Amino acid sequence: MIHSLFLINCSGDIFLEKHWKSVVSQSVCDYFFEAQEKAIDVENVPPVISTPLHYLISIYRDKIFFVSVIQTEVPPLFVIEFLHRVADTFQDYFGECSETAIKDNVVIVYELLEEMLDNGFPLATESNILKELIKPPTILRSVVNSITGSSNVGDTLPTGQLSNIPWRRAGVKYTNNEAYFDVIEEIDAIIDKSGSTVFAEIQGVIDSCIKLSGMPDLSLSFMNPRLLDDVSFHPCIRFKRWESERVLSFIPPDGNFRLISYRVSSQNLVAIPVYVKHLISFKENSSSGRFDVTIGPKQNMGKTVEGVVMTVHMPKAVLNMNLTATQGSYTFDPVTKVLAWDVGKITPQKLPNLKGIVNLQSGAPKPEENPSLNIQFKIQQLAISGLKVNRLDMYGEKYKPFKGVKYITKAGKFQVRT
Amino acid sequence: MTDSKYFTTTKKGEIFELKAELNSDKKEKKKEAVKKVIASMTVGKDVSALFPDVVNCMQTDNLELKKLVYLYLMNYAKSQPDMAIMAVNTFVKDCEDPNPLIRALAVRTMGCIRVDKITEYLCEPLRKCLKDEDPYVRKTAAVCVAKLHDINAQLVEDQGFLDTLKDLISDSNPMVVANAVAALSEIAESHPSSNLLDLNPQSINKLLTALNECTEWGQIFILDCLANYMPKDDREAQSICERVTPRLSHANSAVVLSAVKVLMKFMEMLSKDLDYYGTLLKKLAPPLVTLLSAEPELQYVALRNINLIVQKRPEILKHEMKVFFVKYNDPIYVKLEKLDIMIRLASQANIAQVLAELKEYATEVDVDFVRKAVRAIGRCAIKVEQSAERCVSTLLDLIQTKVNYVVQEAIVVIKDIFRKYPNKYESVIATLCENLDSLDEPEARAAMIWIVGEYAERIDNADELLESFLEGFHDESTQVQLQLLTAIVKLFLKKPTETQELVQQVLSLATQDSDNPDLRDRGYIYWRLLSTDPVAAKEVVLAEKPLISEETDLIEPTLLDELICYIGTLASVYHKPPSAFVEGSRGVVHKSLPPRTGSSESAESPDAAPSAGQAAEQPAVIPAQGDLLGDLLNLDLGPPVSGPPLAASSVQMGAVDLLGGGLDSLLRSDVGGSPAMGGSGFTAPGPAAPAAMGAPLGSGLGDLFDLTGGVGTLSGSYVAPKTVWLPAMKAKGLEISGTFSRQVGSICMDLVLTNKALQVMSDFAIQFNRNSFGLAPAAPLQVHAPLAPNQSVEISLPLNTVGSVMKMDPLNNLQVAVKNNIDVFYFSTLYPLHILFVEDGKMERQMFLATWKDIPNENEAQFQIKDCSLNADAVSSKLQGSNIFTIAKRNVEGQDMLYQSLKLTNGIWVLAELRIQPSNPSFTDLELSLKCRAPEVSQYVYQAYDAILKN
Repeated sequence: MIHSLFLINCSGDIFLEKHWKSVVSQSVCDYFFEAQEKAIDVENVPPVISTPLHYLISIYRDKIFFVSVIQTEVPPLFVIEFLHRVADTFQDYFGECSETAIKDNVVIVYELLEEMLDNGFPLATESNILKELIKPPTILRSVVNSITGSSNVGDTLPTGQLSNIPWRRAGVKYTNNEAYFDVIEEIDAIIDKSGSTVFAEIQGVIDSCIKLSGMPDLSLSFMNPRLLDDVSFHPCIRFKRWESERVLSFIPPDGNFRLISYRVSSQNLVAIPVYVKHLISFKENSSSGRFDVTIGPKQNMGKTVEGVVMTVHMPKAVLNMNLTATQGSYTFDPVTKVLAWDVGKITPQKLPNLKGIVNLQSGAPKPEENPSLNIQFKIQQLAISGLKVNRLDMYGEKYKPFKGVKYITKAGKFQVRT
Repeated sequence: MTDSKYFTTTKKGEIFELKAELNSDKKEKKKEAVKKVIASMTVGKDVSALFPDVVNCMQTDNLELKKLVYLYLMNYAKSQPDMAIMAVNTFVKDCEDPNPLIRALAVRTMGCIRVDKITEYLCEPLRKCLKDEDPYVRKTAAVCVAKLHDINAQLVEDQGFLDTLKDLISDSNPMVVANAVAALSEIAESHPSSNLLDLNPQSINKLLTALNECTEWGQIFILDCLANYMPKDDREAQSICERVTPRLSHANSAVVLSAVKVLMKFMEMLSKDLDYYGTLLKKLAPPLVTLLSAEPELQYVALRNINLIVQKRPEILKHEMKVFFVKYNDPIYVKLEKLDIMIRLASQANIAQVLAELKEYATEVDVDFVRKAVRAIGRCAIKVEQSAERCVSTLLDLIQTKVNYVVQEAIVVIKDIFRKYPNKYESVIATLCENLDSLDEPEARAAMIWIVGEYAERIDNADELLESFLEGFHDESTQVQLQLLTAIVKLFLKKPTETQELVQQVLSLATQDSDNPDLRDRGYIYWRLLSTDPVAAKEVVLAEKPLISEETDLIEPTLLDELICYIGTLASVYHKPPSAFVEGSRGVVHKSLPPRTGSSESAESPDAAPSAGQAAEQPAVIPAQGDLLGDLLNLDLGPPVSGPPLAASSVQMGAVDLLGGGLDSLLRSDVGGSPAMGGSGFTAPGPAAPAAMGAPLGSGLGDLFDLTGGVGTLSGSYVAPKTVWLPAMKAKGLEISGTFSRQVGSICMDLVLTNKALQVMSDFAIQFNRNSFGLAPAAPLQVHAPLAPNQSVEISLPLNTVGSVMKMDPLNNLQVAVKNNIDVFYFSTLYPLHILFVEDGKMERQMFLATWKDIPNENEAQFQIKDCSLNADAVSSKLQGSNIFTIAKRNVEGQDMLYQSLKLTNGIWVLAELRIQPSNPSFTDLELSLKCRAPEVSQYVYQAYDAILKN
């Protein structure tokens, strides 16, 4: 099971260590640093590294490496999932998962880690249980604590720990009872040179914010549940009901959580809401090239495409770029060679365009590779897959909750090859 | 108000100040001080000096303070064992606390104090907590057993905690069940032989119920445990599958993958005609694809596992090619894995898309990725014949880019395409030759030289090209040198007139100026071939090469089956069984897929029955010499995509042909010529050999021969059932099992050859090492047709005893070499001695008496044959079937005495006196006295007696 955890920042300092069994020397991280050096780019550090005595399984999140030390045969996915859960918990507790936040709350972090894992076995990873055991820091609480001498560690057994619904605590009480669902869809796509779709699929999630008193039992139904053929559920969902009736039936956790995530597979046709016209060329034996990109809307069901940002990793030989944007602003970082163009909203009448000259290092050979364009965008009030919530019913409680559904479509890994 | 204040230090010395604060009267101040201590501890500062002061704060009502002190204790108890005892009392008291949270906390912390001294104090509180009324305490206590086991395994066993833990599997609370399973699994890992997790249908049912209700982590433990269960039939397998399937929709990817493991394993038992089988296949695809939309680290592990799944059951993901397309900002480790899977999924239906993608990747920035993409194009060409032409033109386009590493990779793969499709794409040779000068990697140079040599007759200036390489012969790597030697010999055989000088030059370079034995040997072989019989040389060197197989880089089926059982574990990430990399000799139990019931597919792979006994009985395999021969025969044209079996097939075939049937003579001369080699290379590891003995002798098939033996005809002696002599894993997919028999005066070796590799096997030959009784094949090994994958053939190989003799230890040890088109393999086996008992082994009575007296008494050996309840007549008729003849029978004091004789093939007589007590049913042992002039055979004769009588 998980033996130890080291948190390492980008400059290679180990700023926190926690051991659940015997203490493992920090020097074990040297193998990690070695791999990190070899990988050059931080993102390319392999997640599983074997050393003579241990295995190091790591994740990279928010500029921090979470490196766990394993001594026996353990499912690596289990470790990776757990590490992400640790990062999520920090995010949840401190608002951000950063080195400063962790250092500022080091005792709470330590208490949390102790509570999450026992002898390498996960103990309590549900946010609501943890919050009952260890209260998140707030300014008010620390003031109150210092006056009354009370602590921020709960001294009763969390109610959810052992019930069949560990994700919900008992005795939740709200004056305003609300249930909100955000249907968020991301389009992952690869568009080739000529503008045809090589690959496209939709990754969707339904994130919920439920603030309901007592033990509400909810049923969420869809107009077109057939779209959902590949779904991952929050443990609260009753799988049998879904199998037989295609209804999401569940007793929700309290607060924010991800209800389901789903994938609309590449077999279905995915509507691509934008198109890109591009001309990027480098002349042979000259130190310049041309760059001309236009973005336009397509098939967006009458909704506006907004928040458009294009980023391009230009080839190494590019020194500088002299461009003019008809809309928005652009930056080019000559060190990382990243061109970023913040376009904003697309109006179909006047398509945004960015064009100009690319300056190359003189004498360098013409770049072989063509840069891919990475596009981000957002469309409000639209789920591009066509998924629609039909209704939400509540059983088990008497009050009338306030209900709301919001749809949003975003670009995920949306790449245009040139 | 952040915790960073705890890090500020004062000049006076931190430890000193903290000490004062810890001993303060004010609660608040104490707590702050402990927090400071913990903060220092987290960054690895040594604050162990404060141990007594911190432990003093332990007795408090404040839970937070208590927790903090516990945190400290766990970290430092080990370094201060005497001090740690101070804490014991508090723990024992806390285990009685009315608040379950405190009880659980105490039992949890107790287990983390890794001090041997205090463990015994903890047993009583732990026992109480394991039976606690509160499930939260029970589940914590379950984990504590695992902790304690890690510190002091003996103590845990003596105290009976393991049994209590097993009982917890039937606990009413699913969380307790999950933790008990997790704890037991961890303990079982260090005790592979203990049947801690012996599951039966009832406990499986309990686990399946708990599976639905416990936390995600608990589900992982339970699923992993389920995967080790062997359902008794396909119905049970199906019902488990049905109950596990809902886990595929879990948000936690580790749960999903563990569920996939259970399904992949149990699916093996389901009949393919079943509707449910098809449904299950369909259900597996979406969750696997979903794993690929997760974080890159998860993707990586998922991809490594998908790689295995795709090899085992390609049908699952055959329509999902597109999800494996590479995005430019994927981490490199994800890109490389995706590429691998794309090739595996490539088929005629999607090849156009795949090629377009690969071409795109070949212009990316990352060198490793580009190289792999170019190789992938070559693999596509070999795999999908229809696409070959398009692949070649794509490769030519890439060569035109003149990017150095792209060109070199392209040439290496084009060589493979030539091998697969001879005489089809040679028009591109001219383009390749243009790039000769830019090649600086050995593999690419070797590939180019191979092409020039192979197609020497079509390249006008082949001699010039090869000559240009020859200039720097000694600076080249071995691979290139060997290749150059072969290529020039080929050239000479094709154009003898102009190249005589060249070939002499290279032969002298290889044989006289080189220190490399491989190169020298090959040079001499060619030289002699050319000088003795140029026509034969031509036939050998320019022989038609066998085609290379389509799939590359495939994992051997036996290994793949094992790895499927390890889906989701580190083993699946490394594609190696845990035994290959788990530290220490923990004796990992080999896992294997369950056999399919109700279908005729080969269910009896050697490791399908995972009994430890069988593993031990596996015969000894002698690998050492095989490597040597393999090297000698190797042409070193390292194929780019080197899976071990393929490497052999694509390269060495020519080499084996080269020596033709000469292997036998080569072997013989080796063994005969250098006794050292015969000694070292052929010695079987001691302990394995007697173990192998048990198998042929131990089981019952001989009943069949009882009848014939009773009639007393000369029909045939007892035959032991076949056992596996050479497991497929040790012989590149060739499995050999067999036994020995003696029928009407002739000895036979009955063999079953099974091809468990992916390619056709042919050119079988067999050879024995010298042995104690001169056993040798009386005829060559006749395998008429090539052996296709998954086929087996039964052969009865007649043996004679006129071979050369060398005394072996044990005496009946036989070392065998088997050759096929892939390699030469060695194994050793023990033959039962009674195959050597000849038919005319009946001595005259007078002669018997005289001989018995003549043989000195120190040559007499006594044995007991246990548990044999046959009477004298049954014994003598049974033995006569195997040519042990009864000469006289006497009755002395209620005991039957049999006097018997037998003769071995080499003329040694063995005389026996067998004492049977038929009157006493409780005394079933037979006493055997053997007298022989060569007393060392006695033991083996006794073993033969034992085997014959017990069957």
